[in-house]
Amino acid sequence: MREIQALEISKAVMELVRRANFSLRPDVLFALRQAYRREKNIRAKKILQALLDNAAYALKENLAICQDTGLPVVFVQIGQDLKIKGDLKLAINKGIAQGYKKYALRNSIVSDPLTRGKPKFAPGIIHIDLVRGDKIKFTLLPKGFGCENKSQLKMFLPTVNIREIKAFIVEVVKNAGPDACPPYVVGIGIGGTADYAGLLAKKALLRPINYQRSAMSKLERELLNKINRLNIGPMGLGGKATALAVNIETYSTHIAGLPVSVNISCHALRSATEIL
Amino acid sequence: MKKNKIVLRLDDFRHLKAGAEIYFSGTLYTARDQAHKRLVDEIKNNKPLALELPGALIYYCGPTRTLKGKIIGACGPTTSARMDAFTPLLLAKGLRGMIGKGDRSKAVKEAIKKYKGIYFVTYAGCGALLSKYVKSVKTVAYGDLGPEKILKLEVENFPLIVAIDSNGGCIYGQD
Repeated sequence: MREIQALEISKAVMELVRRANFSLRPDVLFALRQAYRREKNIRAKKILQALLDNAAYALKENLAICQDTGLPVVFVQIGQDLKIKGDLKLAINKGIAQGYKKYALRNSIVSDPLTRGKPKFAPGIIHIDLVRGDKIKFTLLPKGFGCENKSQLKMFLPTVNIREIKAFIVEVVKNAGPDACPPYVVGIGIGGTADYAGLLAKKALLRPINYQRSAMSKLERELLNKINRLNIGPMGLGGKATALAVNIETYSTHIAGLPVSVNISCHALRSATEIL
Repeated sequence: MKKNKIVLRLDDFRHLKAGAEIYFSGTLYTARDQAHKRLVDEIKNNKPLALELPGALIYYCGPTRTLKGKIIGACGPTTSARMDAFTPLLLAKGLRGMIGKGDRSKAVKEAIKKYKGIYFVTYAGCGALLSKYVKSVKTVAYGDLGPEKILKLEVENFPLIVAIDSNGGCIYGQD
């Protein structure tokens, strides 16, 4: 049986912290450039240019793309034939804390949600999944909270007309308005339970945006068009680019329900992946 | 972000209209959620204030930590609406203006008009780029709040867009 040491895991997570926070995902950069080319509104164009300049400057200067270096969400896929020597969760949180400290990122995490206290670097949110094989895959998503705050869940009736679901999703984006750093990437989870729909919506943000084919691509395109007619635009000051993409993930659900979760990401959608 | 070299004195703000783009050189104080809660508590309990409010410009910002050799880390604006509940009282106590991102509540808009304040937005999600315009940083208060402490920033040609002007004009439209 293949073995892996906890220390290797911490090191890999540390490196993901650096990559995710300093270099914007290629698909997001591509979408921003495309939005810039398509934009007619002068101010919106200028803001989109600033976003591209910001990404380039962050990379060049080893600066975080955004000061909100997020609540780190880590998705782990463990091959069932892999043996982990040591404490997996501890190793991940150590990697997060050391990485955030080393790269001078922000300590945005309070231990107690009610009493708050002095912000720390960790822990992150860890989702563990077991898969075939003997490898382990880590994806780190530093989730900014300006946009996380605008996320919503609605439990629809199973007999609902899909028009109502579409209207809800568009309404969530409209409600985010200028506040959560548009142009957004809209992650949507449909099905499962209340909590699982939320996880699907978050996972939807990991899928590369634009030019992908998914079972939902027709609905994704339709929603993107509707959202981009809201004229919210970059910084909420008008323009075509209210969202860069809509990604939908679905799962089986119960005969009595239809959970729909919308997870909003700002334009600084950051994530990085490593397989050990 | 081209530079225009417009240096504004505080009295100049009154003439700015919503939508105007300016480059500000001068002093900003960072304050966000917990700092606002404390300032308002200090006012309500008649305690001495950690921040001299009259004439001050507050920037809703909690920067990343500073890498060796740099002046500040990434330092973009955070969502202003979270400070809405605290802002009218701070304006009443002399706060001149705020910088953040996104729209404000009706109560904040009314308070801006009443006290002749001003609300700016700046390039949201451009924390790395905005760090270029910060020339010095000094901790003023609430060190225990970590990234939420109050910092005094000296900035040069910091890009701002007037979002709500002293007459209540708003770039996001009226509600």
